[in-house]
Amino acid sequence: MDKNNLKNIPKDLFVPLVRKEDTSEKISAPSRTFFQDAKRTLFSNKPAVFSMILILFIIIMSIVGPWMNNYGSDEQDLKRAKMPPRVPAFENVSWLGMNGTLSGTFQGKDVQQASAKAKARFDNKEEFIDLEVINKGDGTRNSAEVKATYRIYEAKDMKDTYFWFGSDALGRDQWTRLWEGTRVSLIIAFVAALLDLVIGVSYGGISAFYGGRVDNIMQRIAEILVGIPNLVIILLMMLVLKPGIISIVIALSITGWIGMSRIVRGEVLKLKNQEFVLASRTLGTSNGTIIRKHLVPNISGIIIINTMFSVPGAIFFEAFLSFIGLGIVPPDASLGSLIDLGFDNLRLYPYMLVFPAIVISVLMIAFNIVGDGLRDAFDPKMHK
Amino acid sequence: MTREKLLEVKNLQKHFAVGKKNTIKAVDGVSFDIFKGETFGLVGESGCGKSTTGRTIIRLYDATGGEVKFNGEDVHGRKNKSELLKFNRKMQMIFQDPSSSLNPRMTVLDIIAEGLDVHKLVKNEAERKQKVEELLESVGLNKEHATRFPHEFSGGQRQRIGIARALAVDPEFIIADEPISALDVSIQAQVVNLLKKLQKERGLTYLFIAHDLSMVKYISDRIGVMYMGNLVELAESDELYNNPIHPYTKSLLSAIPLPDPRYERARKRIAYDPTVHGTDGDFELREVVPGHFVRCTAKEFERYQNEQK
Repeated sequence: MDKNNLKNIPKDLFVPLVRKEDTSEKISAPSRTFFQDAKRTLFSNKPAVFSMILILFIIIMSIVGPWMNNYGSDEQDLKRAKMPPRVPAFENVSWLGMNGTLSGTFQGKDVQQASAKAKARFDNKEEFIDLEVINKGDGTRNSAEVKATYRIYEAKDMKDTYFWFGSDALGRDQWTRLWEGTRVSLIIAFVAALLDLVIGVSYGGISAFYGGRVDNIMQRIAEILVGIPNLVIILLMMLVLKPGIISIVIALSITGWIGMSRIVRGEVLKLKNQEFVLASRTLGTSNGTIIRKHLVPNISGIIIINTMFSVPGAIFFEAFLSFIGLGIVPPDASLGSLIDLGFDNLRLYPYMLVFPAIVISVLMIAFNIVGDGLRDAFDPKMHK
Repeated sequence: MTREKLLEVKNLQKHFAVGKKNTIKAVDGVSFDIFKGETFGLVGESGCGKSTTGRTIIRLYDATGGEVKFNGEDVHGRKNKSELLKFNRKMQMIFQDPSSSLNPRMTVLDIIAEGLDVHKLVKNEAERKQKVEELLESVGLNKEHATRFPHEFSGGQRQRIGIARALAVDPEFIIADEPISALDVSIQAQVVNLLKKLQKERGLTYLFIAHDLSMVKYISDRIGVMYMGNLVELAESDELYNNPIHPYTKSLLSAIPLPDPRYERARKRIAYDPTVHGTDGDFELREVVPGHFVRCTAKEFERYQNEQK
């Protein structure tokens, strides 16, 4: 169409486009709150969901686990000490290591010498030791090899006894102690994380919200606390307090909240001069309401993420303290003290270390994956 | 003039302490009156103290010196809670950035109703909702928007939510702190026209802070020009545009582009040189022409007056 034709279009063909008020301002997308969006993102994250299920499973086991058999966590009996794991369903599956036998390979000049070593190792109960010659040997030193399997449950006349995860050096059931230890570790971790949360959020929030001199003094106090090495404070606290769950929690919380308080302070400093807070002030809203309705909802995501990351940190620190002998005292168990005991018997009875080590690793990894998932969930850019 | 003064600002000062010794004199002795029902425009370059003036008037900052009188009552100084609340109802503010002036975690209903809740203006949930819907309609939004969250709206819509929030407590005076500078041009007109419409309907008085001179001229009855924390010129808006006296105002007006190529080719920008006033002298806001004030020394005052004859 050329220019001349354009002029020939009759005027009455032009009709003004009338915008209707109700359709022009319509929003068609479904209305979702921030937390609904976050939930959707979190539940579409498969590793995070799987980790949450794992954590839930471990928590449930730590509650019901000790009741699943009849042993108590402090029932000592040296006659049944260091029994290997034995689970009814897996008795015929030798590679799983849960058939209630001890096994080992022994070397000697010839088969006879190697077998003698095996018998000496396994209480000299020949009739319960199955020998399997791997290498006949040629008479030189350690050339012969014999694999010995010791049916210890039969040898001790405990055919009807099952220690699912074995028993420890004092004859206590590892299964019961493992789940009780997990429970203790989780309680310490959650309580410590909760204290971090409460102290950290209020300290950081007050410091940032009131600002000025209040902020200055509060931050100097926190800096002094941070300046002293964490471990020194905790070790001294453990010496002063009676060892136990409460003192570990206190020792962990005495410095643990500082990280949280710094994050909260930074966020509140950022938010408190935002225009929606100023608008709220011009409306005459009180400080308490501003904190409750404007500040806390806007930093809740970061608080939740940080708490999720402080839980595995606390689990690890408790295990570390117990491992070096400053944490939970026997006969109580925690994951750290179980690992400590297992570590002592690592060469001959590895199962004592393996199970608590697996539980603590799974817990730490799962909490970190869930924490990562939450961080993505609370990031508006990740919402689809 | 016998118009009723709504707001009197006398020698208002706001200094910010920077370190131990330095202070920034963001607002350094500003005086002006705003009459009932008018729109007072406040213009100036970035950082000249326009926003600080607005925020100090509404008590977001505590004034370093000077006084603000609203309806003859002193705004600053010690006050008890109920007096403060009463004042908060009369004076409201519209903010610059529509994306940060609404709490992202609250629904539009809760945002607009915040003032209603604080001042206990509604008795029950149904009345609260009805009031919010009325406000939404008065700013040209749909009442279904009440359940939405701020991120679902465009900039212009958000700014209108901000206006509705300010209107919720039935204020007499609204400080609009660059309400249009974060919006694109087509939306600017929409918001300014809405402000004008609301002024007519509710008899509002505005203090309109902006740096867009053409928009300020369109909405304002009188305009004050600020430079470095001082008011340098104050006049009726037509008078200010047609007859600028202070060299800074001349410089500002010379910077306005027009969509007219012939005018643009001829337009010469005048740079402002503060040294023309000299370093000595008693700078003061003096009335050169009736209703037209200029900040100048006594010497300059004579010269300006002679030029006007």
